Amino acid sequence: MATVAVDVQGVSKRFRLYHQKYTSLKERVIHTGRTPYTDLWALRDINLEVNEGDTVGILGRNGSGKSTLLKCVCGVLQPTEGQVVVRGKLAGLLELGAGFQPDLTGRQNIYLNGSLLGLSKNEIDRVFDDIVAFAELDQFIDNQVKFYSSGMYVRLGFAVAVNVDPDILVIDEVLAVGDERFQRKCLDRVKQFQDQGRTIIFVSQSPDQVRSVADKVVVLSDGHMVANGGPGEAVRIFREHLNEAGDVLAADQATEEVAPGAAPAPVRVVETTDRLHPIRITEVLPVHPGTGERPYLITGEPLTVTLRYTAAEPTTTASFVVDISDDDGLVLMHTTSSDLDVHLAIAAGTGSVSFRYESFPFLDGLYTVSVGIEGRGGGQLYDWKEGAATVEVMNPTRSVGVVALPVAVTLDQETAVGTWTPVSGASVAVEVER
Amino acid sequence: MALEAAAPGGGIGRVKTTRVVSSHVSVPKRIVEIWRSRQLIVNLVSTEIRVKYKNSFLGLVWSLLSPAMTLTVFAIVFGVALKNGYPDFVILLFSGLLAWNLFQTAVLSATGAIVNNAGLVKKVSFPREILALASVGSASVFFFFQACVMVIFLAVLHFRPAFALLWLIPVAMVPLLVFCSAMAIFLAAVNVYLRDVQHLIEVVVGSAWFWACPIVYSFAHIVSPKLSAHHIVWIYFLNPMTPIVMTFERVLYAKTGLVPLTTGAHTPVLLLPPWGPLTYVELDAAVLGASLLFLYLAMLVFGRLAGNFAEEL
Repeated sequence: MATVAVDVQGVSKRFRLYHQKYTSLKERVIHTGRTPYTDLWALRDINLEVNEGDTVGILGRNGSGKSTLLKCVCGVLQPTEGQVVVRGKLAGLLELGAGFQPDLTGRQNIYLNGSLLGLSKNEIDRVFDDIVAFAELDQFIDNQVKFYSSGMYVRLGFAVAVNVDPDILVIDEVLAVGDERFQRKCLDRVKQFQDQGRTIIFVSQSPDQVRSVADKVVVLSDGHMVANGGPGEAVRIFREHLNEAGDVLAADQATEEVAPGAAPAPVRVVETTDRLHPIRITEVLPVHPGTGERPYLITGEPLTVTLRYTAAEPTTTASFVVDISDDDGLVLMHTTSSDLDVHLAIAAGTGSVSFRYESFPFLDGLYTVSVGIEGRGGGQLYDWKEGAATVEVMNPTRSVGVVALPVAVTLDQETAVGTWTPVSGASVAVEVER
Repeated sequence: MALEAAAPGGGIGRVKTTRVVSSHVSVPKRIVEIWRSRQLIVNLVSTEIRVKYKNSFLGLVWSLLSPAMTLTVFAIVFGVALKNGYPDFVILLFSGLLAWNLFQTAVLSATGAIVNNAGLVKKVSFPREILALASVGSASVFFFFQACVMVIFLAVLHFRPAFALLWLIPVAMVPLLVFCSAMAIFLAAVNVYLRDVQHLIEVVVGSAWFWACPIVYSFAHIVSPKLSAHHIVWIYFLNPMTPIVMTFERVLYAKTGLVPLTTGAHTPVLLLPPWGPLTYVELDAAVLGASLLFLYLAMLVFGRLAGNFAEEL
């Protein structure tokens, strides 16, 4: 059984927001007992066990309590209720270069910062050269830090933090520092930490970064932990919460509520046919293998979009249209039944037309299905339902991006020259599972 | 890759300490944390001293020069203008000031220690008491410089302190440092919530408290006769700084017994009380006991308040 490195036990954190802060004695006396304030619970009863060697990503919107949780883990803030038990040496990077003293040289600051992170002088002596090399500051190390550029400043900060040999590394959105090359270097170091079996807890706004680095993901929303599990599932929940936040802003459009755990409710259309619209869509049903069990589709599963219609008169010229578009409204695929050379002979009355996509290849996100009926040739538009249904997709893989192309990795090795003797003719084929 | 995992300091298999972040951490546990971070105190102290004289031409020489100049001014003022008749008064004055300056420097800088290091407190986790203790630490370094100046003065003036009683200096230093630490920790925490403390302390410690100690005047000559007439000498000793200052004076000034004043024909007076060294030890021990209790209470208060430092700043 893995040992627990960080154990967050029922942690709640309350911030008292005073409408007017009285810090002087006079004001305190004048306003005794009636300082107006509102309580803000930044964290509510968070329970989280981080095992040794785990990399945990924390996702959440702005103000969801991510940074507060990290600060509690680091010990910068003390929880109002509950406690955090930390086993091993913890290095927190809440802000790079915090505690640098501008008047001191880089060298002196390394010693100061190292001891802030709990290192003895001997320990700093041992890693000193590594720090300087990592920060790439060899020629400037004896200059005062106040003459450093901001890039040099954060490089030194990161270099100290990752070289203090921590068991647990806590990072708060600081990986976006320096130029791209240095960022890669930082991420490489983080990966190296993972390989060495160290524990990493980091906060990120970027689901893609979390997906590619973390083994476990925690999603916070308004101080509550709403997800704790594998990256795929957690990122999906995170996006769901993001969308909910968006819905609040666009409350007028969001008429139907998606019950958690259930399939998205189909759109019921009450419009009737008339002379201009002899055939209309009454219902749109996206169906995937998980329909009824989970509210989302897993990348690669088939998707069937069923359009129920009502027709006032028989027609052979109606062509059904299905558009699939992404979050930003970009149409990913526009298809019509006539483009597919399917000519439908519709009788008067009701019925349904299904579009079956053999494999839905998109990575995680929320996809919109817009449907319509047009006259063949595109002359008339009998009906159009913009955003008639949504399909939520969960990406179970580590891949990030837009689309899951079927892919396989192969390794072919030639017999090498030199002293190193490989297994002759070795050929490894790795099938990458989606 | 197997090499990586086996590399020394690989993070696996070494002894790991457990730390609890909670709003209630007991005082002994926090003392352990402070002890673990002792290197930080050293670095903060050396930072403060380095930064203080960073861009000045004379640099560290100032730490000797500045007390020497102050002392010269005192010597001139009290030797020429404000004559009180005490022989070698500047030595009496400086031996008391030595102890007093440590206290005043430590307390004044510690009061603002948390507030002035807000950036650190908000972003880095370490036992916050360290900041207050570092103030005491740098005050002690300046105390050392002043002691050097004192030694130079004694040599220049050919003044003989009580060499046989030099051991009393550490006896007084221990309660002095404990008392300073207690004050530092208490005031640093309270000042975060009540910024008036900073200003209040400047007045209280800077003047009122200073005059309550027998530094510019003699206890045996001025205070003792008046208070003992009403049997309330003990009130004077409620001030923990009094026994400490007096111990320093006993060792360094060393003029026990009746001393003739330089001002004229008056009868000789008693400048130092006619006590044996044991009396000083007892008084200092009493201060130590009270200071330890105060230190514990200060840590309790600090612990209660420390949890919200990062939010209050």
